[in-house]
Amino acid sequence: MIEIRFHGRGGQGAVVASKLLAEAAFNEGKDVQAFPYFGVERRGAPVTAFTKIDNKHIRDKSMIYEPDHVIVMEASLLQAVDVKAGYSEKGIILVNSESEPEIIREQLGVKKVAVVNATKIALDNKLGSKFQPIVNTGMVGAFSRASGIVGIEAVDAAIMALPRYPERNAKAAREAYDSVVVLGGD
Amino acid sequence: MVKKLFTGNKATAYGAMLARAQVVAAYPITPQTTIVERIADLVAEGKMKAKYVMVESEHSAMAASIAASNTGARAFTATSSHGLALMHEVLMWAAGARTPVVLVNVNRAMGPPWSVYADHQDAMSERDSGVIQFWAENNQEIMDSVIMAYKVAENKDVLLPAMVNQDAFFLSHTSEPVDVPDQEIVDQYLPPFETTVKLDVDDPKGFGSFIMPPQYMEFRGHMARSMDKAREVIKKADKEWEELTGRSYGGMMDMYKCEDAEFILFGAGTMMSTAKDVVDTLRKEGRKVGIARLRVFRPFPVDEIRYLADRAHAIGVLDRTFTFGYGGPLFNETNSQMYNHGKSPKTKNYIVGVGGRDVRQKHFRAIFDDLEKVAKEGYGKEGEVHWWGLLDGTTPEEEL
Repeated sequence: MIEIRFHGRGGQGAVVASKLLAEAAFNEGKDVQAFPYFGVERRGAPVTAFTKIDNKHIRDKSMIYEPDHVIVMEASLLQAVDVKAGYSEKGIILVNSESEPEIIREQLGVKKVAVVNATKIALDNKLGSKFQPIVNTGMVGAFSRASGIVGIEAVDAAIMALPRYPERNAKAAREAYDSVVVLGGD
Repeated sequence: MVKKLFTGNKATAYGAMLARAQVVAAYPITPQTTIVERIADLVAEGKMKAKYVMVESEHSAMAASIAASNTGARAFTATSSHGLALMHEVLMWAAGARTPVVLVNVNRAMGPPWSVYADHQDAMSERDSGVIQFWAENNQEIMDSVIMAYKVAENKDVLLPAMVNQDAFFLSHTSEPVDVPDQEIVDQYLPPFETTVKLDVDDPKGFGSFIMPPQYMEFRGHMARSMDKAREVIKKADKEWEELTGRSYGGMMDMYKCEDAEFILFGAGTMMSTAKDVVDTLRKEGRKVGIARLRVFRPFPVDEIRYLADRAHAIGVLDRTFTFGYGGPLFNETNSQMYNHGKSPKTKNYIVGVGGRDVRQKHFRAIFDDLEKVAKEGYGKEGEVHWWGLLDGTTPEEEL
């Protein structure tokens, strides 16, 4: 089973991102689970969401404590939340940041990191506002490239089923897929 | 059949639609809200042919559902926690009036302290209301159970309301694949609701009239017998569903590798799904363990508990709530069903996951270890009722 943990802030779309990733893997014939762990449900508060992907039926209904991969929707969370909790460096940590990837890698103290400027991509595609960019589709697109777990076509299909602005979101996912930088890959 | 990625709440709404519920009266409450939002959408889009009644409370939601059922309509509602508690008076009425309303309850903790997370106190407090209770472990089971609940509730030998329970967030807000049956399959399984006792201006009858002591007890006796008859009706409904869809939930109880099990854990909801993975792991290590998952709480699975009593060295009973008197409700019920049976293995009550605490595989492994120890050496300092993972300064690592 592959376990992915999302860290976001209320309003950024971490919960939808966990569902989109699950939907993409589901489109590829996998069994999946996606679920949120809400603290206080308000904008700006840290939110955690999970996606589980497996080839066989997933019965485990507990949360994720040892994620294979971690997705951080906003770089400021690196100071606010222990995003590395339970992470064993087998997979990748993907961070949305405008900083140089090397700086993020040092900040996290891990070998392998992926960085994408999903905020800029969201704003370029008119997703959300300057103060509240919706970065989820970009992050899932970048994760497709950085992890290789799901194909961008499956991500695209999941996004095109969204009720609002599917084209703009699909374009953001593709741009993030193309621009994500992976440091320390094999 | 189409496979879709559904949350538990979406599976609930689609279950009500596929069952062709004709009247939906509901009041929103976290984490049930997206059920009624989705149903409102389905009705507004014309996909669900139902009358959607906005009410000002859960008490009114059930009252409207009873009235709808009295006219011969198939009625549906959904609630959670404090909403179910507010519904209590009218749940009793729905049962006594013999109206086969189906409701879905998203199991959530009672406040205070205020919480929106998974806990079984809300539903288990309705033990004596005369409402049939189904319990689900995944979103597929929620959808299937809504359909099956009508089949059972509307049976002429039963005619009682039924409630389908699903864990807050662990199901309500979790997306997972669900096989959505074709409408024709559901129609084949569930014919339109028909009742001879209904509100009809051309054939006036009295409903809910005052009654004298000699007759009252007769009514309650009939109700008790109907609840007893529901056991066979549930088993038959499960079998028929399996013939149509290939899916069975074990009739009155979902047993996983219990046949030759020496140590069995019995409990309800999503945590028991997680526990099945632990059984597979421990079986590989040569340990004879099994899981009995509560499928129906009312009527209680008496024969199934006695089946477990006949084989197990010890039974651990997990309650995601407490009765605040002695033990958890499942523990007390399990013990009483074994007392007159002749064979009663040692039991221990584990109070776990209260108010949404996560119950993990490592916990089940430790609980199995503890149960084996109890069978060999007797109860430890916790006695027979063990609040698992409660912080007292000496809590063992495996309980945290």
